[in-house]
Amino acid sequence: MAEKELAFAVVRNKTYVFIWLCLVGLTVLTVAVARLHLTSYAVVAAMLIATAKAGLVATFFMNLRQEPWVLKIMLFLVLFALTLIVLLTFSDVSFRHG
Amino acid sequence: MIEPKMDNPDEIAIKERGDYTGAKMGMWIFLFTEVLFFGVLFLLYSVFRSRYALDFHASAKELDIFFGTANTAILLTSSLTMALSIALVRKGKKGLSILCQSVTIVLGIIFLINKYVEWGAHISSGIYPHSALLEQMSRGKVIFFSLYYVMTGLHGLHVLIGICVITGTLVFTAREIINREDFVKLENTGLYWHFVDIIWIYLFPLFYLIT
Repeated sequence: MAEKELAFAVVRNKTYVFIWLCLVGLTVLTVAVARLHLTSYAVVAAMLIATAKAGLVATFFMNLRQEPWVLKIMLFLVLFALTLIVLLTFSDVSFRHG
Repeated sequence: MIEPKMDNPDEIAIKERGDYTGAKMGMWIFLFTEVLFFGVLFLLYSVFRSRYALDFHASAKELDIFFGTANTAILLTSSLTMALSIALVRKGKKGLSILCQSVTIVLGIIFLINKYVEWGAHISSGIYPHSALLEQMSRGKVIFFSLYYVMTGLHGLHVLIGICVITGTLVFTAREIINREDFVKLENTGLYWHFVDIIWIYLFPLFYLIT
């Protein structure tokens, strides 16, 4: 099978430019939100926006949406493992004294 | 399919052009190890931040939001030109693809120059690992700046490696080793570059926007 048949469909340039505009928009948003000084919610908002941006980059620029399901499951497992490591670490350090 | 009937057409294609699916899967697996590599650094950051919240907030004021935001815009744009360069090479537009790859390299270099200016300003104001000024600061601030140097430094190293690799794909595209039929090298380079962009997407708010 030729490579072009194995590879996913070519994405239109317009799609990429649109995604880039969304990413720039979200960057402006995250700076604006940081200026509101939402105290404890600020970090949650910043991380949500960052995750939305990372999602856009992975889905469209890295073309994850056209990748086979095996790869998506593998990525899920990696992120799941990382989440587990984070939760286990915090379950330790949150209950330490001194 | 027009391909002639041989013993195994897939095997012949793999011999001729390499294993496309395998190459991409390999790149993704490498990126998974990178996720965990940077992941634990982010974990370290979160643990210390939860312990020294006030110091982290105070230290972040030392960082210039302008540089952070500018570098975010630069990396996002370089991701766009990288993605475009792959689409262009697949449409057979070699010249435009080379142009897009060149722009990506230039943007990467501008990112590193900004980083150099930024680090230079910190260092000249006396904030660098084991500096007299930093030693006098509270423990939380020392940890903040240590993490800042390690995490942005490792990220900068990734940008530098990315620039070198894209320079390679640029030459390959010019020599038509990368062409509309065989472009997995460029695609994998793109995956790496976008990954480096994603890391910065998280570094930016965590170090610059928490004042």
